[in-house]
Amino acid sequence: MGRYLLRRLLQLVPVFIGTTFLIYWLVWAVPGDPFAGKCGERPCPPGFVAMMTEKFQLDQPLYVQYATYMKNLFQGDFGTTFGNRSINEIIATAYPNTLKLAVVALAIEAIIGLTAGVVTGLRRNGFLDNLVLISTLFLIALPIFVIGFVLQWVLGVQLNIVEPTVSSEMRLSELIVPGFVLGSISMAYIARVARTSISENRRSDYVRTAIAKGLPMRRVVGVHLLRNSLIPVVTLLGTDLGALMGGAIVTEGIFQINGIGRIVYRSIVTKESATVVSIVVILVLVYLLMNLLVDLLYAALDPRIRYE
Amino acid sequence: MSDILVSEQSAAGASGRPAGRLLEVDDLRVEFRTRDGVAKVINGVTYHVDAGETLAVLGESGSGKSVTAQTIMGILDTPPGFVTGGQARFHGKDMLKMSFEERRRIRGEGIAMIFQDALSALNPVFTVGFQIAEQFRVRRGMSRSDAKKRAIEMLDQVKIPNAKGRFSNYPHQFSGGMRQRAMIAMSLALDPEVLIADEPTTALDVTVQAQIMDLLAELQRERQMGMILITHDLGVVADVADRIAVMYAGRIVEEADVYDLYAKPAHPYTLGLLNSIPRLDEKGQELRTIKGLPPNLMNIPPGCPFNPRCPMAQAVCREKLPPLLQIGAGRASACHFAEELVNRD
Repeated sequence: MGRYLLRRLLQLVPVFIGTTFLIYWLVWAVPGDPFAGKCGERPCPPGFVAMMTEKFQLDQPLYVQYATYMKNLFQGDFGTTFGNRSINEIIATAYPNTLKLAVVALAIEAIIGLTAGVVTGLRRNGFLDNLVLISTLFLIALPIFVIGFVLQWVLGVQLNIVEPTVSSEMRLSELIVPGFVLGSISMAYIARVARTSISENRRSDYVRTAIAKGLPMRRVVGVHLLRNSLIPVVTLLGTDLGALMGGAIVTEGIFQINGIGRIVYRSIVTKESATVVSIVVILVLVYLLMNLLVDLLYAALDPRIRYE
Repeated sequence: MSDILVSEQSAAGASGRPAGRLLEVDDLRVEFRTRDGVAKVINGVTYHVDAGETLAVLGESGSGKSVTAQTIMGILDTPPGFVTGGQARFHGKDMLKMSFEERRRIRGEGIAMIFQDALSALNPVFTVGFQIAEQFRVRRGMSRSDAKKRAIEMLDQVKIPNAKGRFSNYPHQFSGGMRQRAMIAMSLALDPEVLIADEPTTALDVTVQAQIMDLLAELQRERQMGMILITHDLGVVADVADRIAVMYAGRIVEEADVYDLYAKPAHPYTLGLLNSIPRLDEKGQELRTIKGLPPNLMNIPPGCPFNPRCPMAQAVCREKLPPLLQIGAGRASACHFAEELVNRD
């Protein structure tokens, strides 16, 4: 396991350098004035231009610029907006909100999706199976903003069960509906993948062996069947985790959550390129780490991967 | 039908005291209901096995030998498989009428099973040791360390070298022969009275096959288990089995003591099987086969199901299904011409 971890960590290095260089190059190494159209509608303030030029050595060749940028990044300095606000500070306030929402969404996906998948996978073609198949198809077919607005309107405005928007305290009770909206599509996919996986493995030889050993059905399903069937589900959950950590532009927008998704959106609209680059670089790192986590989980679930 | 004793009863029924039998299958019928139609896979199978004896069930693929075993174990896939008649009695009690919980308690302790392909039959994500120790933990309520100790003993008993170190290996880290040994250790863990071995050596090298068969025979003798050895390999059977039941199209067509069967087969199908064994003294000649294919189980021909392939077939074979009749001590055959066959030469 140790060697596996080391190998996966080393694989991250070229991917991280490659992606961040590409992003940096696209934003700052464009021909002509690097500050053209980077500060919203107006030209960049001269103070900002001078500061950025000095800090990121924008008058130097590209590789020097990139090296400087990475050096600052690893010292924890993400730069400032052209309004001279620290980007570190912006991220520090927004990221916890995104994380909270992501955790709630992931929990809903995993619990509801997996339960529905396991139950229907064990009993195919029943009423419940058809119900899950139809409802998941419905969720997959609907764009997320439709689900978001409909739930906000029905539960928040018409029935008044929940607050239509999330307050700045980010209470758990407020996050359930946004979390459900954010996780809904993945939840549907997880239910379907788990269902297929369970019903396929249900007929496998090792499950038959487990029954022939005289194990109680609880144990056959809960230990022998589930462990094998979880492997594709974990892959799906893991890729989704990366996406959730990257913020949810639509969901955060609908429910007024001050998360990373909204910051990215606002920075793009106001053309705050320095902020966009910094956040995207962080998101790349988070995504890579989440992928690593999935791979490790994968190896923990399936020994054949560890010993390849 | 002159000088041979013909009884109207089936072989097992005729040999008396059915209640005293360890394991007894009686007129078992199973069909597979598929989209394409109903396949009659088992059409009245009757056999038994007593403590300390080995019954070999011989037949081609699709003859129903594995399905019979799966029905006994209660691991038949339903759907498509449905038991439509008959009994499977363990110590005289019909298991087919038992609750899931009652049957579960018989599995592993009363009747255990070894599967053909140990690689797919063992769970790939758990260590071999875990899968053996699990039974001691769940069925015997042992502590983790006691269960581990017992599991290592089991691995040792099936002659896996370095059993202690092998305990924490995964199935894919074992060689084919070692994996089958681990499978045997697992099935014998709870000291079953009957062991069903479903083609235990088919997936193995010839040299390893002999080792595994020897091991099985040895363990069977030591523990005085009843063993049902399912195989299509006549060579495997000769050394190990006491009695042989030959299956064709979901029926027993011949049942006999192993020596009698090899010396004087009483069914043309058995004769065909014996003739199809390649012989060194006939080198250079074409291999002898049984012509034709096993019948389509959705449309079994009327009369004797073997008649389209049988070199001895007469008009009666196309009209009347021959019942399995006693033709001597411990011998039975389902052929209209059984006596002619036995009395040849």
